[in-house]
Amino acid sequence: MARNGVFSRRKWLEKSEGFDLSLSDSHEAHVLAVDDSLVDRKVIERLLKISSCKVTAVDSGRRALQFLGLDEEKSSVTFDGLKVDLIITDYCMPGMTGYELLKKIKESSTFREIPVVIMSSENILARIHRCLEEGAEDFIVKPVKLSDVKRLKDCMLGQDRMESEDRGINKRKSCETSDILSSSPSTSPPSSR
Amino acid sequence: MDRNHLRHQVASMRKSLFDQGYLDDQFVQLEDLQDDSNPNFVEEVVTLFYNNSAKLIRNIEQALANNPLDFDMLDDYMHQFKGSCSSIGAKKVKNECTQFREYCTAENGEGCITTFQQVKHEHATLRRKLDTYFQLAKQGHASG
Repeated sequence: MARNGVFSRRKWLEKSEGFDLSLSDSHEAHVLAVDDSLVDRKVIERLLKISSCKVTAVDSGRRALQFLGLDEEKSSVTFDGLKVDLIITDYCMPGMTGYELLKKIKESSTFREIPVVIMSSENILARIHRCLEEGAEDFIVKPVKLSDVKRLKDCMLGQDRMESEDRGINKRKSCETSDILSSSPSTSPPSSR
Repeated sequence: MDRNHLRHQVASMRKSLFDQGYLDDQFVQLEDLQDDSNPNFVEEVVTLFYNNSAKLIRNIEQALANNPLDFDMLDDYMHQFKGSCSSIGAKKVKNECTQFREYCTAENGEGCITTFQQVKHEHATLRRKLDTYFQLAKQGHASG
């Protein structure tokens, strides 16, 4: 269990060598991370950056909507034009829950196509089901690990790569990933998709 | 020779933190995120944790002084606290948090008060151990 931290990081790098972690040569994925916990925001930010993503981290659903330009009360005429490729949000937050944020995004004609991933420390089947029903792409049980983030990248990569490149190896990787998703022995619940 | 001895000490201390159940795999996850561009990442997260949890502890302390106890509020605070513990791999502290929440669900005030002492104890113990560990680890690097 107590393996050397430096050694294991090198191992991860070796594993990722054959797997290009950016969406394309010019476009790094931009992820909007929403979590009221300062500790969790710092960790998720680092997890995403190390996976070659640009990150915007906010502390509430309200701020997430403001960033997207969806907040009704604050009329944002100038919208921050940075395209968001994925939204990852905590479920339990004061004010607006991750579930409520998910609904607002899926109700928006502009943003409903953006994949939304829910994170929660509680592995409650009914909650997971409700989120997936509402259109969440995935549900991650906290604490979030590098393998969880890598899985998300695969899901973003799969959509883009198939359109822009015809590399058999990437298609195979996407298939392998969905197999892993449905049979994962980890604490993350299997996707009902 | 000194440097090797120091590094050996650091590795040994690290191993015992895991063996004795103070830390779990999530701590290793954080270590894996540390590199030359972010050489103090783990310590930064831990520092953030302790700043954050100090506030939560104060809130819980105040809430425990109420009469009658608001178990929903106590559970809510502890949910946040437990979440942070989980995120840094603070295993023993997290386990005490779980126990506390069970007493909240059972609306057992005595249980909450007793367990909270345990929470604080484990929280402080881990802090001391991690402070020593980080100091030692930095010395190990500095002499390199």
